[in-house]
Order: sequence, then C-alpha cells, then structure tokens
Amino acid sequence: MATLNSKIPQGSLSEKWTNYKASQKLVNPANKRKLDVIVVGTGLAGASAAASLGALGFNVKVFCIQDSPRRAHSIAAQGGINAAKNYPNDGDSIGRLFYDTIKGGDYRAREANVYRLAEVSNNIIDQCVAQGVPFARDYSGYLANRSFGGAQVSRTFYAKGQTGQQLLLGAYSALSKQIKEGTVKLYTRREMENLVVIDGKARGIITRDLVTGKLERWFGHCVVLATGGYGNVYYLSTNAMGSNGSAAVQCYKKGAYFANPCYVQIHPTCIPVHGDYQSKLTLMSESLRNDGRIWVPKKLEDAQAIREGKKTANDIPEEDRDYYLERRYPAFGNLVPRDIASRAAKERCDAGYGVGTGKAVFLDFSSAINRLGKDKVAERYGNLFQMYQKIEDENPYETPMKIYPAVHYTMGGLWVDYELQTTIPGLFAAGECNFSDHGANRLGASALMQGLADGYFVLPYTVQNYLAAEIYNQPIPTTHQEFDKAEDEVKERIAKILSIKGKTTVDTLQKELGHVMWEYVGMGRTKEGLQKALPLIENVKQRFWSDVRVDESEDCLNPELEKALRLADHLELASLIARDALQREESCGGHFREEHQTEEGEAKRDDENFMFVGAWEYKEGAEPQMHKEDLNYEFIKVQTRNYK
Amino acid sequence: MDLTLKIWRQENAKAKGHFETYKLTDISPECSFLEMLDILNEQLINDNIAHPVCFDNDCREGICGMCGLYINGRPHGPDEGVTTCQLHMRRFHDGDTITIEPWRAKPFPVIKDLVVDRSAFDKIIQAGGYTSATTGGVPDANAIPIPKHKADEAMDSASCIGCGACVAACKNASAMLFVSGKVSQLALLPQGKTEAAIRVKRMVKKMDELGFGSCTNTFACEAECPKQLKRTNIARMNREFICAKVCSEEK
Repeated sequence: MATLNSKIPQGSLSEKWTNYKASQKLVNPANKRKLDVIVVGTGLAGASAAASLGALGFNVKVFCIQDSPRRAHSIAAQGGINAAKNYPNDGDSIGRLFYDTIKGGDYRAREANVYRLAEVSNNIIDQCVAQGVPFARDYSGYLANRSFGGAQVSRTFYAKGQTGQQLLLGAYSALSKQIKEGTVKLYTRREMENLVVIDGKARGIITRDLVTGKLERWFGHCVVLATGGYGNVYYLSTNAMGSNGSAAVQCYKKGAYFANPCYVQIHPTCIPVHGDYQSKLTLMSESLRNDGRIWVPKKLEDAQAIREGKKTANDIPEEDRDYYLERRYPAFGNLVPRDIASRAAKERCDAGYGVGTGKAVFLDFSSAINRLGKDKVAERYGNLFQMYQKIEDENPYETPMKIYPAVHYTMGGLWVDYELQTTIPGLFAAGECNFSDHGANRLGASALMQGLADGYFVLPYTVQNYLAAEIYNQPIPTTHQEFDKAEDEVKERIAKILSIKGKTTVDTLQKELGHVMWEYVGMGRTKEGLQKALPLIENVKQRFWSDVRVDESEDCLNPELEKALRLADHLELASLIARDALQREESCGGHFREEHQTEEGEAKRDDENFMFVGAWEYKEGAEPQMHKEDLNYEFIKVQTRNYK
Repeated sequence: MDLTLKIWRQENAKAKGHFETYKLTDISPECSFLEMLDILNEQLINDNIAHPVCFDNDCREGICGMCGLYINGRPHGPDEGVTTCQLHMRRFHDGDTITIEPWRAKPFPVIKDLVVDRSAFDKIIQAGGYTSATTGGVPDANAIPIPKHKADEAMDSASCIGCGACVAACKNASAMLFVSGKVSQLALLPQGKTEAAIRVKRMVKKMDELGFGSCTNTFACEAECPKQLKRTNIARMNREFICAKVCSEEK
C-alpha cells in the first residue's frame, strides 16, 4: 500500500519552490533524448506540458481523443486567467492571490501547492504574451485587467470572452513547433484505455485508435495524465460531450489514489435545462455577475404567474423583486463565490420562487443598461448576449436572462504530491484531473492558471527530477507481459460490452445516472439521500452490464462504443463521489451537507474532524478504502469564510 | 415538428458513399441541430435500422471547431455566424426535408459518414503558425506596449476555430482564410514580427503542398465563417507573402 507523503520541501512558504528547484536532479541533454515521456490529453495542462518537455529535449508522445489537439475543452473557458502581476497597483501580490485561493477553496487545499501556483502565475502571462496571445489591452498599449469571480482586486487577464481559446491556441502553437522539430509525436483520435504498470512504476499506456478500433501499446519512462475532469458523470454539465473521467479511473484501478471526489463545482450562471433531449448545458460567463443583478419575485403568486406565462419579468415592479444575493450577502452581493451563489439559487427555486420551468432565476441587466448605456453593456458582454439569444431565442437587452446552476468543474481528482506525482511512481497528473490546488471550491479564472502552471512551470522540473534516476533504464519493449496483460484487459472489456446486446442505449443509462447524481449527490446532499443514491447507482451499473445496447462495429469509428467504455468508468466514479460525500460529515466549498449548516443556511465546516484530504484506494471486488492526508496550515490562519 | 433527413452515409474512407433518407417526428423546435441527430441515432439503435450516423462534435457551444456539417448546401446551415452545434431546429419548418453532407474538399477526406479528416490544418500550423518562444526566458508581459487597435485586430484574426467551413464553402477548396487568420494575428503583434517573413512562406508552401486550391476572390469563406473572420486577413497575408518573397533576406 502506498503511503501519502506529500513531499513538501523545507523552508518558509516563499522559499519552498526555490529550494526545490535548487536541489532537484537534472538530466543532461544527451540523456534527455533517450527518455520517453507520454502525455495524455492536449488541453492547457497537457499541451503546455508536452510542449515544454519537448522543448527540453525529452522524447514526448502526446495523445488526444479529438481530431486535433486544439479541440480540448480548455478552449471553452470564457472569462480569464488570474495572475498576481499587480499591474493596476490595487494591492495585489503573490501572497494575496495565494490567500484568496486558499480561502476560496474553503481551507481544504495544500498551502505549499497553492503558494507555488500563485508564484508562477506571473510567468504564465509573460509566456502567453511571448506566444502572441492577444490579451485585451488599454489605450496605453499595456495589458488590461478586470475583477472576476468575487476578487477584490483586478487580477484577471482576458481575451474578449474567449480567453481559454486563445490560451489553448498559444499552447497548441508551442506544441506544433515541437512536433515540427520532432521532439513531440502527436497521436490524434486515440483514447487511453489502460495504464501499464511494471515493477510498481507507470511504464506505458494502451490506447484505442478511434478510427480503426485497433488497440495500441506505448512505452514511456513516465506518464503524464492531463485528461480533465469528471463532470460528465452528471450527464448534463458545461463540459464538452467527449470530456470524461475514464483515463483517471483506469489509473485509479491500477493503484493511483483518487482524492476528494465529492468536491464538484456547480456553476451558478448557466442556461437552464428545458427538455429531455438536451445534451449539454451552456455556461454564461461569470463576468456577467459584475453588472447583472440576480433576482426572483418576492411573491409566490408572481413566480407562479411567470411560470404559467401570464406575467413576464418586466411586469414585476421593483419593490416586488427579491435580489436575494444582495439581501443575504451585502458586502459581496452578486459577486459571492460560485458555490454560494449556486446554493442560494437552488434555495429560492426549491421554496417555489423559481421562474421559467421553475428551475431558473433572473439575471437582469436593466440597471446596468440604465447606468452605462446599451453600447457599453454590448461592448462588455455582446458575444455572451448573442450566444444567449441564439439558444434561448430571447433578447437579454430587453428581458432578463434566465439562469440556473449546472455542474461545471471537478476540484477532486487523482491524488498528487508536491511534484504532481500520483501514488504510482512515474505517473503524474496535471490540470483538472488532479486534486491539487482548489480545495473544496475553485475561484473563477483559476482553472486556466492551474492548467498552465502545471504544464509550463511545474512538470518540466518535477518530471525531470523523476527521470534523472531513469537514465539507466532502457525502454521496455511493448511485448513485455504487462503490456499483454493490460491490452487483454481492454479487449475483454470491449468484448463484454459488445456481447451484451441488450435493449437500453448508452445515453439512456448515462442520463439515468445523471439524474441520480444531480438529485442526491448534487448541490444539497444529505446522509439519507446519499445512502439512497448508492444502491441506485449500483442498479444502473447492473443494468449497464446486463442490458446495454451498443452498435457492434468494433473495427471502425464507433462513438457508441466510446461512450459505453466511458460510462462503465463513470459508474465507478459515481459511487466513489457518493461515498466520499457520505463520509465528509461537514459542509465545505462545493460540498454542502444539509445537516451541517448554520441557522442562516450557510455552510458549516468541521475543521477539527475533517481538515484532511480523503484519498481513495481501489480494492478489487471490495469497497474502496480511504486514506487521510492531514492539512496543516502553518502560514495561514484558518477562518470561517464570510462574504457578508 | 416532422422532418425528412437525407444524410450522407459512407462506411469508411475507401467505401463509396450514398444518401439515405430517414423520417423523424415530433422534434421540438427548441432542440439544437445536433440534439436532433442524437434523437435520430437513438431511434436507429433502438429500432435496429442501421448503424448510428457518425458526426464530429464536442463542446456544443460553438468554440471547439469540431462540428461541421453541410446543411442544405451551406456549411453550418442557414444561420449566420454560428457553428452547426449552435443551430436550432426553430430555424426550420414542420415538414422540411434537410440534406446533410460532410465537408467536401480533397484535403479533407471522409473518414466515415459525416466525419472528415482535417489534420491538414494541423500540418499547416506545424509549418510555422507559432512564435519560437520556448517555455521560460521571456520578458515581462508589459515590456512591449502594443497599440490597442492592433491588439484588437490580432484578436479578431485569432478567433478562428479551425472548423474548415471556409474550405468547404470555397469552390476551389482554398484554405486562405484559415491560414491568413494565423498569419495576420502573428504579423500584427511585435512578438510575431521577427519570424513573419519565414512564417508566411512556410505556411503558404505547406498549404499548397496539401492540395488546397487557390483563392479566386469569391469570398464564400467570409460569408460562411462561423466566427466571421474578415477577408482583409487574406489581403494582409498576400501583402506579407509578397514582401517576404521580394524583400526578405531569409531564404
């Protein structure tokens, strides 16, 4: 059994990363060429890691499921990326960004990792500008900043509403350069189906060529996983259709611990669900909360009239509107962190004040339009308004938007130490697929920061430190019996799924799983509900393995089979999320247990008993076992989050 | 609403393709176009009629560039400034017949049904669509001020999502709009200026090698681009290219 050693370097907080870099082991250029690195995923973390490791001279292979590395879902991030540059001179600093991130994560993240994140945040902006990322600028020609997601300083850099796109294209261009130089080999339309572990170390992966159906074996002296989050376990989420937690589950089953699976972020400003056929939910950037005001009717009868179409938002006079966030949180108002805003919306809708289908609240720009003028509002949010209008067929300049929370990001993920190494030596995890930096709740514009920090500025050091001891090891031929075994496991899994020939489609089952998860393991969780969820998940699992119907063509493009393989793993994850939520008898960040709240309905943490990371170990044929990594706050004073 | 769909079916890259007709009933106008295809596929699987129709898609919010269907003779369908995934069925009428094809262009061979291989775009970017800055060792982000209008223009040029609609729309299957977006973005910024001449030469050479056609200034690309990239990018690329050929000292 692996032990949880977080390997935090000695020294004061601001010296740790410097000390690490000064004492880490290096690999000389001639040896770098002989070392193989596998990177799975080409989002911000994967593309930046592959490009940086390739530029150092390692022999990198990079894999993605889409037709091009530029498609990864990092591309959809709208709002921006944080950095402690303090260009506006408004009091920001590395220490402040560090503190905000720890506090935003409800004191459930590791201090040393978060401090390093804040430390390298500034390098990211420099790097991106050098790549030609067209960040927004002021008339001075210098970079523009905005405040975002409840921060009291303006530290967010942005490129219109397409920051993720521009950052990803920057990383993709750096990756493309390395591909041309031959240090990185790119494999598209490949999905990782298994991890190969030899003598306790990660030594390779098995992929499925999605076009030909062929299983392939790849050796690496180490493997970097950058495969994103598992939000699609809930079926409806803001993730892309292909986003999945499958590769992480494969690693979990091979011995990598899975940390804090119950920390799932539910984003407050998404376009609400309106039909059973719906395949995904679209996020409306958090930046809208800078100028939009969130409300529901004060009177139940008004809410009902709106739902029945007898009244519209504009019929409700000002005094009959309940701006509930401004009412409950006067200091932060509409800008409270995501978890708080989401729960408040659910609370109002559950109490009967919801509009639309009953599961929606208004996001109103009328006072911003009065104050700033329509042109200014259009300049700030034009593309978002247009996107809303395309989907909802309503003009947000005239009637308020309708929004509702939706699953957006997963803070939990593979457990990693300070070096971003999992409990399997030689297996690293970066970006959303690790658990490392956001604690129980992620702040806006911090996901892009973390993905790029891991890929550009952390892994090139820590992977090298690991590989320094590998220079004596020749590449292992993929005819090794462990490769045989890993490939056979995948073959067996595929054969089993295809042989079922049942009556229920993959989507039907994934939707059912999603309903269970949203209902019982969503925004408000209870012991009773979670205990109910576990057998329900088990039931979907049994039906999957006995009644799923998958198109049989194995040797060509077969999206149904891809989805089935992912669902099989999502079912594992679903019960792990529920189990973790059940053991965590407290409310913190994105995890809200209704039993644990203050009289005013705020989250009630239990620092005495739950200030730890819950890392789950897979046990074949038995219940998973949880290990604890205690969180020691040496530098920060732990407080109750207060946004009033 | 009830619909008749005529969909291009093709087993694999080598097989001969053909149109198949399918009927759908009771589709909500609030449905997105791709959700309508999801419903069709559920039906095909449930009724054991045929293999489900393969089509590329991922983010379903118009930014990843993965989806792209030729709908009633137009890339991404009848709406302007949207991708296929952002198209909604309320744009069609009850009883409509909708013809759905893959991108048709030699450099984008069909993989299966409506899925095409667009790796040619990656190859063009690999030929030079970057600045050579490697990780670390770069100056402070504010070291070089860039006039706002230049930065804004670069942003507009950079908004391309690489979907390939421009190539599909062009009678010559020209990739000029795609290539010129990247060339423009980097040529407009001081960080990209250093390598501008060599970049444009390499990218254009690669584009030609891969079998994309020439631009004959009909600008169907501009009309069909879901991100509304402007033809001025093409003009800028031509200028960059000529300057690079005539004045550049680099070979």
